[in-house]
Amino acid sequence: MAKSDLIGGTLWESYSGKVNDRMLHPRHLGEITAADAAKLGARLVVADWGAEVCGDAIRAFWAVQDGKILDAKFKTFGCGTAIASSDMMCEMIIGKTVDEAMKITNIDVERALRDVDDTASIPPQKMHCSVMAYDVIRKAVSEYKGVDMDSLEEEQIVCQCARVSLRTVKDVIRVNDLRTVEDITRYTKAGAFCKSCIRPGGHESRKLYLVDILAETRAEMERAAEKSGQQKSFAALGLLQKHSAVEKVLDEKVRPNLLKDGGNLEVIDMKDADGFTDVYIKYLGACKGCPSASVGTLDYIEGFLKSDLDPKIRVLPI
Amino acid sequence: MERIYLDNNATTILDPRVKEAMEPFWCQLYGNPNSLHTFGTEVHPYMRLAFDRLYAGIHARDADDILITGCATESNNTVLQSVWYDLIRTGKRSEIVTTQVEHPAVSNTCRFLETMGAKVIYLPVNAAGIVDAQILKRHIHPDRTALVSIMWANNETGLIFPVKELATLCRENGILFHTDAVQAVGKVPVDVQDAPVDFLSFSGHKFHGPKGVGALYVRKGLKITPLLHGGEQMGGRRGGTVNVAFLVGMGLAMELAVESLPHEQTEVRRLRDRLEDALLSVEGVAVIGSREDRTPNTILTSVKGVEGEAMIWDLNRQGVAASTGSACASESLEPNPTFVAMCLDSELAHTGVRLSLSRFTTGAEIDEAIAAIRSSVARLRTISPSAVS
Repeated sequence: MAKSDLIGGTLWESYSGKVNDRMLHPRHLGEITAADAAKLGARLVVADWGAEVCGDAIRAFWAVQDGKILDAKFKTFGCGTAIASSDMMCEMIIGKTVDEAMKITNIDVERALRDVDDTASIPPQKMHCSVMAYDVIRKAVSEYKGVDMDSLEEEQIVCQCARVSLRTVKDVIRVNDLRTVEDITRYTKAGAFCKSCIRPGGHESRKLYLVDILAETRAEMERAAEKSGQQKSFAALGLLQKHSAVEKVLDEKVRPNLLKDGGNLEVIDMKDADGFTDVYIKYLGACKGCPSASVGTLDYIEGFLKSDLDPKIRVLPI
Repeated sequence: MERIYLDNNATTILDPRVKEAMEPFWCQLYGNPNSLHTFGTEVHPYMRLAFDRLYAGIHARDADDILITGCATESNNTVLQSVWYDLIRTGKRSEIVTTQVEHPAVSNTCRFLETMGAKVIYLPVNAAGIVDAQILKRHIHPDRTALVSIMWANNETGLIFPVKELATLCRENGILFHTDAVQAVGKVPVDVQDAPVDFLSFSGHKFHGPKGVGALYVRKGLKITPLLHGGEQMGGRRGGTVNVAFLVGMGLAMELAVESLPHEQTEVRRLRDRLEDALLSVEGVAVIGSREDRTPNTILTSVKGVEGEAMIWDLNRQGVAASTGSACASESLEPNPTFVAMCLDSELAHTGVRLSLSRFTTGAEIDEAIAAIRSSVARLRTISPSAVS
């Protein structure tokens, strides 16, 4: 919510000039007949996507010769955005190969419809209408190649409008420790447009919803944290167990390096003091009298104990 | 370009006589009616006249209340939240019965009350698009039902509900009955003596009054817990300084609307029917609900093969303002609940276009609108894959 949200009804004002123009004067509207295609020496591909009962339906006609799209036309039952997107989609694929066409997404179509580079051509809630243009390309490619449509998609897509994959959503939650769907949207743009992918009950039903992915990923993260938490609850341990934990870290990470230089250390005593765990050590071998024993080496040892066990560990050489 | 306004179920033009009547209350008669001095008291006669007009308009008795609110949404919220507070929260009753086709001012308030523990039953409409007494009878219970809230006329279809029978049924069973009469007042006779409703909401701007003012009729002796607590305005039932200008405006608008009811039934209906005949002469065009069962100003039409928002965009381009229940224009792609509840072909749910007239609509405007609609249908059908040839 913000000042700009307090006045309603700006839907049509948000359309770019190019969108308005193509809504009224589509360049590639119509059909390609078998005879038209034959005249071009091309194969006719007809692909249907959507259904009028769902509010959006588009039929694409392609004339394809040796993998190259010579001509493209469309018919659509849909709002003005669907008309403009379909028209721009045709324009963008004419002259391209089928494989090149498949790389064009709804985001490219939306960009091409912009008047100014940094201003979206259609309002967020209409972005799903442009997805139709992308879907019908894939449908036409699958018709042309005689393969299943799903086999054309490399990644599982959660947000169709912004083309955000399941992997990206999960990664961004983990890496940035995200806790809300709004955060996911801020980081990835997933859910910023038609909002269908946020939770059930939106524009369209989906296989995957951001709320579920978030809950699952958070649960996975918590399970992982719990696991490492078991190793890390150092502060709660008694001195005897603290001592064996310290010895374990020293054996695994510190002593091998000291030994390489002919040195070593032993733990003389351990005390809990002022909320800290003090570890009293005695240097052995080459470490004894080494100039860095009270500076660099000490920091090195303390660093391992702090990161692996508890930041509140102090190492005191005797 | 002269624009043509056919969206009078959304809002209406202010009657110029109403505008004139409100004029003195900005800079001359600006006193607070709750003040003791003459600035305050001198507005009382005007307020009294406005209340007289509102009471007369819906046939309320002097012992009843008509609370002035900010809008019909506030009126609806007042009733629903009061019933939750007094009857449901306290465990005296548990359920609210309403319909699947209410305006969001009722349905979303009900959804909110569900989160507060109320049970809400959303009744489906029958094939004629209304809820009748037989349907309602099966879903009310004197021990459980706290309130029945059913609209007088539907905003999308204009279909009129049998409020008299519904309210009588509730009265016989000791159940409170509320009706959102926003789309009925000024279009059809509304009489709270003939139809024994307990609460009734209406809004000034739907009958050529100002926006930002509504009212809630409360039958004598019924308890209302205020939505807005504050001063002693409206007898303590609705706090907040009364917008005297708007109250005066709504009062006159009510009187003018009631005077115009015969005109609505003859002239407005005649123009509506002319428009409807022209629509129906186009192949693949349907109109929802029979003419006799609707408010005289409303047409909800479905044009096969033409998506609703594309249609109103194209009409707007030609200077004709209409509205769509089409999902593509709203936040949800779910088909219009009124269409779904009426069990209509769901393809229709994306083709709906609503045209609503008023007493200010002229015959010349209707002729121009007919030409514009024909042109839009023809153009958009060339684009559609399922066009009717």
